[in-house]
Parts: sequence; structure tokens; C-alpha cells
Amino acid sequence: MKELSLNILDITENSVKAGATLTKILLEETDDKLTVIIADNGCGMSEETVKRVTDPFYTTRTTRKVGLGIPFYKLSAEQTGGSFKIESKYEKEYPLEHGTVVTAVYNKNHIDFTPLGDIVATITTLIQGHPDTDFLFRHTKSGKTAELDTRQLREVLGEEVSLSEYEVIKWIEEFLKEQYINP
Amino acid sequence: MKTLAELQAIKDKMKDKVVLREGFGEKRIVVGMATCGIAAGARPVLNAFVEGINNAGLAGQVSVTQTGCIGICQYEPVVEVFEAGKEKVTYVQMTAEKAAKVIEQHIKNGKVVSEYTYGAK
Repeated sequence: MKELSLNILDITENSVKAGATLTKILLEETDDKLTVIIADNGCGMSEETVKRVTDPFYTTRTTRKVGLGIPFYKLSAEQTGGSFKIESKYEKEYPLEHGTVVTAVYNKNHIDFTPLGDIVATITTLIQGHPDTDFLFRHTKSGKTAELDTRQLREVLGEEVSLSEYEVIKWIEEFLKEQYINP
Repeated sequence: MKTLAELQAIKDKMKDKVVLREGFGEKRIVVGMATCGIAAGARPVLNAFVEGINNAGLAGQVSVTQTGCIGICQYEPVVEVFEAGKEKVTYVQMTAEKAAKVIEQHIKNGKVVSEYTYGAK
């Protein structure tokens, strides 16, 4: 992937597919480290599945026998000397509180660090494609924060206007971009 | 600054429009957004369609949605166009520029851009 934000888009699609009603995308940045946490309340995975998902020859898709999303993402962190971790609570074992948390830590100054890229486009793309699930996005960098919570927007829009409406997506895009310009 | 009050104004404006959308989905543009599509550049392609359809004033008649992997990863980004009563058209190795041409020729004027289709490869 050319941008880390594309990996984030790809991995968050797994959360949506797991039936998450809320997925949090949390970026914490310091001068030399970036931590990306993708936490959902989807169905989760069994311990055995968690062990297998980093294997490129494991996939849930039926069109092909390889699944490269998580292996790519894991590599993107580990190639910077960072770390990668998946924790999951399977709904069959934890019926009340289930979901998956994927944590990737990057050394930003490593030569193999992939630039974050257009994270705003990743967030708008997620919302455009999945207007009925909620996303919380928060990016903190040296004390400054850019944030968006679709639950707040949903409260304003009610049920009759979808978050995927063009005007709404444009509003979200501008809303986030402004926070990066004037944090 | 963008405010929630502005979002409220968008809602009030949209409410009337939604009623007019009885025939929504006559044409569907579906962009593959699995790992293969994303890695090949599907995000800007999707955004070009969302933007282009709106700018053409077609947001009421044409929907733009996302899907997973359809199995021809080497041809990503893949875009499928569905239209009632017509055969599905599959565009391959798409770019934002090609998306503009597909909207202009195919979506607006009904002429499939054959050189971008799966069959042409």
C-alpha cells in the first residue's frame, strides 16, 4: 500500500464485515512514534482464528485462497521496527462485550515508514460505504486533536438523511480538513 | 468553520429531496474495495464517481456503492455498472480520469466505454 491510510481503510473494512456497530480509529502521534488502534464491537474471533489471520494463506473470502490485508498491515508496522497486535473477544464466549482491537505501532523516523497519506479520504470513504454503522475517528499529535464521531452527526441528521449523502460527505471532509489546518 | 448547525441546514434541505428519490438505484455503480482494489487505487476511483455523479446532477438516479473482492484482483480497480434490464458492464484497471469518461459516455449517454471493459483486456 502506498499510504498507511489505505491499510487503515482496508483493516477497518474487516470491522464493518464483523458486524460492528461502532468502530474506533485512534491515531496517537509523537515526534518519533505513531500508534494506530482500530477497535470495534463486532463479532470478534476465536483464539484459534486470531492466530491464523496474520497468515497470508488464511482468508474468509471465497473468490481466492489468499488474504493479504492483515499480513500487509502487520508488515507495515514491523518493517519500521514497530509492533503489531490483535486482541479479540469472540461473541460466542463473550456475548455481552465482544469485538476486536488491532494495534500497530510505527517508528516514524525509520526509512521504511509508509507515510500516513490522505486519512481524511479514508474516513469519508468508510462513511460513504457504510453509512449505517458508526465510526469514531481521533488523531492526536503533539497535544492537538482532529476528531469526528458519526454518532453526533447521526443525532443531527436523524433517520431520514443518510450519512452517505453527497452534501454530508462533503461536510465531513471539510470538517476534518479544517481541524488539520486550525487544530 | 464547519458547524453542526450547518449540518442541520443540510438535513432540512435534503429532507425534501429524499421524497423525490422514488426511482433511486435505476443505475448502480459498484466499486471493488477489498485489499486488492484499495492497493490498486480504488479509493480515488470511488471518490471520482461520487464527485462526478453529483456534479452531473445524477445523484438522484445513480447510486455509487462499495463491494468486496470479485475475484479478478489483477484487473483492479474494478468497477461494475448495473442497469435494470441490461447486462452488467465490468470496467477494469480504472483511474479517476477513466471514471470521468465513463460518467460522460456511459452513465449520461448510455454508450459503454468498451476499451475500458473486462472484455477488451
